[in-house]
Amino acid sequence: MAEIIQTQNLKYAYPVEEDEKPVLALAGVNLLIQKGSFVVVLGHNGSGKSTLAKMFNGVLQPTEGDVFVDGMNTRDESLLLSIRQHVGMVFQNPDNQIVANVVEEDVAFAPENLGVPTEEIRSRVDEALAAVDMSEFTTHAPHLLSGGQKQRIAIAGVIAMAPECIVLDEATAMLDPVGRQEVLSTVHRLNREQGITVILITHHMNEAEDADRVIVMDDGKVAMDGLPQEVFSHVDQLRGMGLTVPDTVDLLDRLRRDGLDVPLGALKVEACADAIAAAMAVI
Amino acid sequence: MLKDITLGQYFPGNTVAHRLDPRTKILLVVLYIVALFCAKSWGGYATMAVTLAVCVKISKVGLKSLVRGLKPVLFIIIFTGVLNLFFTPDDHYLVEWGVIHISQAGLVRAFFMVLRIMLLIMGTFLMTYTTSPIRLTDGLESLLGPLKKAHVPVHELAMMMSIALRFIPTLIEETDKIMSAQKARGADFESGGIVQKAKALIPVLVPLFISAFRRADELATAMECRCYHGGEGRTKLHVLRYAARDYVALAGGVLICGFVLVLRQFGL
Repeated sequence: MAEIIQTQNLKYAYPVEEDEKPVLALAGVNLLIQKGSFVVVLGHNGSGKSTLAKMFNGVLQPTEGDVFVDGMNTRDESLLLSIRQHVGMVFQNPDNQIVANVVEEDVAFAPENLGVPTEEIRSRVDEALAAVDMSEFTTHAPHLLSGGQKQRIAIAGVIAMAPECIVLDEATAMLDPVGRQEVLSTVHRLNREQGITVILITHHMNEAEDADRVIVMDDGKVAMDGLPQEVFSHVDQLRGMGLTVPDTVDLLDRLRRDGLDVPLGALKVEACADAIAAAMAVI
Repeated sequence: MLKDITLGQYFPGNTVAHRLDPRTKILLVVLYIVALFCAKSWGGYATMAVTLAVCVKISKVGLKSLVRGLKPVLFIIIFTGVLNLFFTPDDHYLVEWGVIHISQAGLVRAFFMVLRIMLLIMGTFLMTYTTSPIRLTDGLESLLGPLKKAHVPVHELAMMMSIALRFIPTLIEETDKIMSAQKARGADFESGGIVQKAKALIPVLVPLFISAFRRADELATAMECRCYHGGEGRTKLHVLRYAARDYVALAGGVLICGFVLVLRQFGL
């Protein structure tokens, strides 16, 4: 499988005052993101996960190292437009990324910028709104929608660019549980049905349970990288980085400490229940 | 309380007046204003009043809401009326009482001036009532398009205007939130004179400004991420196109304007 994003020894320091010592927000990150995968990036505040996200489409330029999007280096300014068309971004606050005061106008914003012909903009807008299940709100005013709905509009606005990859930078952080679920199921569906690569930056552990791959960031470095079951089985290591583990893993971990032989890899509620039942049956 | 504020009020509808191209409506309003300022006599004013009445009828906008639009300028209307009524010189006065002189010419002039201001405001309001702010901005951008050659940033101005319109409800909501937060900590916005009330608003405005700047920053990043790179090479979801009705309306506007000019020429 080809990769959509590649980072090589990526380092980044936020600009500081002259007499201060720059702190590396990213301290040498090497990653390969496969096309069509669903990757969750976890980390506590200040771990560098949001900085990493902003590297993926050239919002920030690396201090050292390189980022390649589909083979294009983000340092090359003439390629930026094409890079941003390949990798769409959804941000935390839905209010601050909606441009127009009619839903369809907002979704049309990116294709308008790309100079797509009018008839095609129409079809792209309709398809994008259908893909996030918001077709009935085409002519609504965005400020009257719920948080989850606004965030889905923002996703539609990105899909209308026909990107290969969507990066969600803590896009669920400001939403209530219902809104979060709406957004998650939308991106999972896009990943499954349209093969769009999804990179979900979050600090909600349970959003990682359906991912193909979990990357844990700590101190600007990749601390763990693997399947969700593998990553979450390192309970102590995760806690050491100031992260919690999903409730299911927490329960299994406590049972293990009490001497019950259950595997730590059962992430989903059903799998967890099955694992406990199996262990109980042995006793 | 703040939720009631509406700017650029728009009453959605599906009449001919609503469906006219925004550019046509802007041009018609310009013609209307020219004609209004050229009207000098009973005939001219009557023509303008009838024109407005017909337009209001077509647009199905309630007369009540149009009259409500006059409220903020009521003072100016009365002031103009009074000035013209008392200070129009004439050889013969109907009423003479101290410094107050009312002549027949003054009466007529005051009436015309008041009528002119009222027609002016109701006419322009009719346009904003029947055109959504977005379409109005689009229309302005397209009409002012030729100025781009003179390096006037027409697209940028239109973009700023539509973003400002987009953020009005967001900022109003935010103001409400900040005021509630301040009230919860004992701030008092209701009592005191106008100076004290204004002072009480400072702790609201400071966080509002800070958050507005932060929002602007995030919005700029989000726009860049969606490939915004200025007006060059941009296409549109809704392209403005003149239809037959626009030509008819424009022809009608030119005719009426011409008619008023002819009336003026003959002093009718």
